[in-house]
Amino acid sequence: MEQLIQQVASGLANGAIYACVALALVMIFVSTSHINFAQGEMAMFSTYLSWQLIQWGVGYWPAFVIAVLVSFVGGVLIERTILRPLHTAPILSVVVVFIGLLAVFNSVAGTIWSYLIKEYPSPFPKEALDLAGLIGAHQVGVVIVTLVVLSALYVFFRYTPLGLAMRAAAQNPVSARLAGVRVDSMLALGWGLAAAVGAVAGMMVAHIVYLEPNMMGGILLYAFAGALLGGITNPGGAVLGGFMVGVLENLVAFFGNVIEKQTGVYIIGNGEKLTVALIIVICVLTLKPSGLFGRVVVTRV
Amino acid sequence: MSITRRGFVGSASVAAATLASGTAIAQKGKYDVGASDTEIKLGHTNPYSGPASAYGVIGKAIEAYWKMVNDKGGINGRKVTFISRDDGYSPPKTVEVVRQLVEQEKVLALFNTLGTPTNTAIHKYMNARKVPHLFLATGASKWGNPKEYPWTMGWQPDYHTEAVIYAKHMLEHVKDPKIAVLMQNDDYGKDYYEGLRDGLGKNVDKIVKHVTYEVTDPTVDSQVIQLKDSNANIFFNITTPKFAAQAIRKTAEIGWKPAHYLNNVSISVAAVMKPAGFENSQGIISAFYLKDSTDKQWDSSEDMKAWRAWMAKYNPGANPDDGGNIYAYAVAYTMHKTLEQCGNDLTRGNLMKQAASLKKLVVPMLLPNITVNTSATDFYPIQSVRLARFEGETWKLFGEVMSNEGA
Repeated sequence: MEQLIQQVASGLANGAIYACVALALVMIFVSTSHINFAQGEMAMFSTYLSWQLIQWGVGYWPAFVIAVLVSFVGGVLIERTILRPLHTAPILSVVVVFIGLLAVFNSVAGTIWSYLIKEYPSPFPKEALDLAGLIGAHQVGVVIVTLVVLSALYVFFRYTPLGLAMRAAAQNPVSARLAGVRVDSMLALGWGLAAAVGAVAGMMVAHIVYLEPNMMGGILLYAFAGALLGGITNPGGAVLGGFMVGVLENLVAFFGNVIEKQTGVYIIGNGEKLTVALIIVICVLTLKPSGLFGRVVVTRV
Repeated sequence: MSITRRGFVGSASVAAATLASGTAIAQKGKYDVGASDTEIKLGHTNPYSGPASAYGVIGKAIEAYWKMVNDKGGINGRKVTFISRDDGYSPPKTVEVVRQLVEQEKVLALFNTLGTPTNTAIHKYMNARKVPHLFLATGASKWGNPKEYPWTMGWQPDYHTEAVIYAKHMLEHVKDPKIAVLMQNDDYGKDYYEGLRDGLGKNVDKIVKHVTYEVTDPTVDSQVIQLKDSNANIFFNITTPKFAAQAIRKTAEIGWKPAHYLNNVSISVAAVMKPAGFENSQGIISAFYLKDSTDKQWDSSEDMKAWRAWMAKYNPGANPDDGGNIYAYAVAYTMHKTLEQCGNDLTRGNLMKQAASLKKLVVPMLLPNITVNTSATDFYPIQSVRLARFEGETWKLFGEVMSNEGA
């Protein structure tokens, strides 16, 4: 029983990581209708920026804020310089550019900071948040930060004119433009926000998985699964999806162990964690293509 | 009357050629492609780019080693030409650059090609072409199989041997051992795991729990919880640096206190112990065969002094705390001595023969009493290690040299 609780707690902690990255994916999807494969590497790069600042003697939170702001500007610049010429290009060209960005960020980070893993500090006090060894203080902090970012995004999209304009620009650029929305600026803004959310995710993740250029590889995969499971159009759904994937993969291993203990037969276990999680995602998407909490997009042709 | 140096060398070599009567051409020795009176060509692959490029320091350091050898007059008068190519740790790329090295550059031998999957990709090719494939930079146990692969030889203590030694230590020093194993789910992990099982012998049922992780897993937290739940009192940690650091930290976080054995792959203080937290790393046991440049006890030893002088003169940009520079120096020295031992018979066959007849070769930077030994049936050059325990902020060696020689 103790193990079950620990596994669920550890699953929630991992889920918080996936949820954080999934949020950044949703962010860019909601504002540009693209899925950014370079999201993880951009977040990794932002995290290195903040790490470098901390090494230079800047405090954690100032470094955090600077990294988020720089990432925002960086995101806007990437949209302006690299994606702007591709506005009318087919989706495949855009995908290739995303993969190119992924490789570029990864190599540049490796060249500047080397591939040696680095410690990344946690801003959360160890004593105040520790829940009897079940779940670490940092993990609790990550869950809280994820929920805060989620609420902020919800308020932004739901209640501000700018948020509304961004959604309009993504969903129907032509009508939005006719209604007076500056679609190009909205896309750039969307990229900036996604990069900023990604930076937050990276800085939360780095303490847990350690800072290195490939730290986001596996995480991005799970984050995709979480975002798709919850619904890539719905930030709340994506966060929930992230948590679900995190808990699910731990339970697969746990119940695999239980079955093995009872019957002596190995059916599933640690090796199949990702497989089972992805099979469940496929099942959900087959039955409910927009995800559990996603909005069904109807396109008039 | 004065004899100019050139005049002297000229007349000396004429004399040498005259002495070697019977040979039609005025050559000093017997050669295969890649070697001549003046040159020995060696090929090498290493990841200088991509995810494993942290190993790039090894290639650069080996290059610096040959530069020193050449400055001192080369090996039996022949300069070493060292051609090092980037394969990005990607097996298909390795095949491509190795074919270039063998077929276009026409190297005498490949030396210290890095990586288990990359060397696996060229294993058959090298043996089919009968080109020496020497002192590989990987600890897999499959490189010591002279019957089927007489042209391939590893160098460092293989994973299997190392695990056998841990198993011996566990049985001797832990009361009522119950072993939990965390293993990376690939050839490297399985090599260690098999070694542990072999080392335990009839006590193999002492392994109470065995869990694996994939390199795509973000963390190994879930696995460590499963291991703790098995009530094991020994933790055998077969993980690469990032996961090793995670596992060490998680073990401490959930209050599990087993006797912790960590594989030699992840002994870096900078990349594992420090990120995991020194307070979480106390008492962990691992195996060593090389001296550590951060360990003060070697500061006065001759080989450490020579190594530092070489670092300062030939490899000044490199980080002296990076173990790759020590490894490179020692493995290049082994190759140096092997080539020297070949004398004037630089054929591929003789090179393999000499590599397989190293007897108690003392190699600088190896721990005292650890020597290189090979024979026609023993293609495992180093099979001894010393155990060390992590105390404070460094590894402290303890006990005698432990060996699995001849296995």
